[in-house]
Amino acid sequence: MSGARYIKDGEEIKEVILESGISVKPIYTPEDLKEIDYARDLGNPGEFPYTRGIHPEMFRKLPWTTRQYSGFGTPGETNERFKYLISHGQTGLNVAFDLPTQLGLDSDDPMAEGEVGRVGMAVDSLRDFEIAFAGIKMDTIGSGLTVNAVASIILAMYQVVAEKFGFPLDRISATPQNDILKEMVGRGMWIFPVEPSIRLIGDTIEYSCKAMPRTYPVSICGYHIRESGANPVQEIAYAFEIAITYIEHVLARGLGIDDFVGRLSFNLDIYGNLFEQVAKFRAARRLWAKTIRERYGAKEKRSLQFRMLAGGGGAGLTMQQPENNIVRGAYYALISALSGTQTMALCSYDEAYTIPTPKAALISLMTSHILAEEMGLRDTVDPLGGSYYIESLTSTMEQKISAEMRNVEAIGGMAAAVSSGYVQREVAKQAYRQEKAIQDGTLVKVGVNKYVVEEDEPDVELHEYNPAALDEQVARLREVRRTRDSRTVVRTLKDLEAAAKAGKNVMPYLVEAVKAYATVGEMTAVFKEVFGEYKEPSIF
Amino acid sequence: MNEHKRVRVLIAKPGLDGHDRGAKVISYLLRDAGMDVIYTGLHKTVDQIVEAALQEDVDVIGLSILSGAHLPITEKLMAKLRHAGLGDIIVTVGGVIPRRDLARLKSLGVKAVFPGGTSFEEITHFFQKEVPALRQAL
Repeated sequence: MSGARYIKDGEEIKEVILESGISVKPIYTPEDLKEIDYARDLGNPGEFPYTRGIHPEMFRKLPWTTRQYSGFGTPGETNERFKYLISHGQTGLNVAFDLPTQLGLDSDDPMAEGEVGRVGMAVDSLRDFEIAFAGIKMDTIGSGLTVNAVASIILAMYQVVAEKFGFPLDRISATPQNDILKEMVGRGMWIFPVEPSIRLIGDTIEYSCKAMPRTYPVSICGYHIRESGANPVQEIAYAFEIAITYIEHVLARGLGIDDFVGRLSFNLDIYGNLFEQVAKFRAARRLWAKTIRERYGAKEKRSLQFRMLAGGGGAGLTMQQPENNIVRGAYYALISALSGTQTMALCSYDEAYTIPTPKAALISLMTSHILAEEMGLRDTVDPLGGSYYIESLTSTMEQKISAEMRNVEAIGGMAAAVSSGYVQREVAKQAYRQEKAIQDGTLVKVGVNKYVVEEDEPDVELHEYNPAALDEQVARLREVRRTRDSRTVVRTLKDLEAAAKAGKNVMPYLVEAVKAYATVGEMTAVFKEVFGEYKEPSIF
Repeated sequence: MNEHKRVRVLIAKPGLDGHDRGAKVISYLLRDAGMDVIYTGLHKTVDQIVEAALQEDVDVIGLSILSGAHLPITEKLMAKLRHAGLGDIIVTVGGVIPRRDLARLKSLGVKAVFPGGTSFEEITHFFQKEVPALRQAL
């Protein structure tokens, strides 16, 4: 949770220091726009450098896409939730997986105890995907897949299930998160060491460009880096350095920049100061376009357009008076719309306690509809563009993001900066500074350190963990193991191992193993054997 | 306990949950408050935490749990600590902990619970004042 720090004299604001360390002046004037050239620095929407938006008409043509976190316990429950959200106008799914699946553990692994189906859907084999996606029009509904270390396995599963249900591969659209470096900074769902993890991402990018052209193979997540404590400048700088790491890896395989960079998208965070966030997104669009054109010589418009999912972050929400989070969520949605997002995914008001209940998820979805239909956010593109304050702040944010990118590049780029713990340390220190500012009251969080309301146990309905789901999941896993052709499983896993060792693209081999009903745990074990496991650097 | 010895704290992340912003912030806080702090890192089993506590000779284990599995994990840790002859290690729990579970955690032998939103002051008070008192009482 955070925002700007305020130095006050009584009620009078003496100084405002944004999270990114920028001091805000009381008044901005045309003087502040002196250095800004409209054509060079802003351009019309849909034109380089895309500061004002990546499309000429933005929300006039189509509103933003909405996505809510879904994916519960069993594949059957998840399927029901998918259909419920689609029936209420949701246009894309966002599938959450339980922690064992994200860490490549089968549901009957001892390490998975107590976690099966808890924070998302448990997936052991293709059978689970067949249940979860039954009756979903995979050619019109795209899916965000919140999975990273085993994204290659889950993407193979998505392909196989779509083929099985008769959807052509050039029609389906998956957005696996597939950003392992950010897992090493925050969120923690890593398995393999840095270098082979990057290689697996390279495999998914290379493969999906050919086999599933509508797929967005990587969603680079500043979101989780910021949730871990990074300020907005660090969020974008580290996300960009992560993207650059993947880009340079794929370029080294011989692909051209325009072959794939337009398929990369960003998942970014919204909480804190409204103006700082809007300026952050506008600066990010401009800096991305410039970087991709200047460094890599990209020619196509598509390659230069910064695509994002900008969603309200859990770190902005409070345990205290959870209903206030409905209001915060609405402001975060407003920021997202004012920033020209492609997709909006909002946290639900109960997320400080639990994964969203159906009612809370529906309120978030309706928040987005209210903005689009009642508040005029679709009327004109980049309505804050040209504001003395916003344009000045956009330029300052861009300069600060560039400076932090240079810091990372000076120590050898993001792979080195994560291996050494530099980024983890910077982010943790920033989290601690923010928390201290909340404690000393210079950073106000309503209901937490100011306007505190004494209350009884907050009246939040919790999403209860269902232990029966575990039995069902394990029973299905065992049935799959019993009924599949084990010779084909062994053969496809051996082929996978050979491909991994030989440095071949593992995707076609994963597809074969998935078709044979090899389990997530079995395929992960092959990779662990070949690649080893990640060791966290100490940051203290 | 030798009262001049600095309090040694193991901040531990049991289970698979990977959110450790809180664990890291508290590690910095306790270090600034004069403790020796060791952080286990992610994805630790209860057995690995007990082993680390033994190796590092800590006075306190601070569990950080956000997954909702705080009750079974804590119960298991307390039993394994007793079994390993480390029953005198003080255990605290922080994270996403509903208030209705506080009494249950205390009854398992947890000395302090710090749900999300607990003030730094309350946490440092516990470690600077109550931990030495508890150690002396042993």
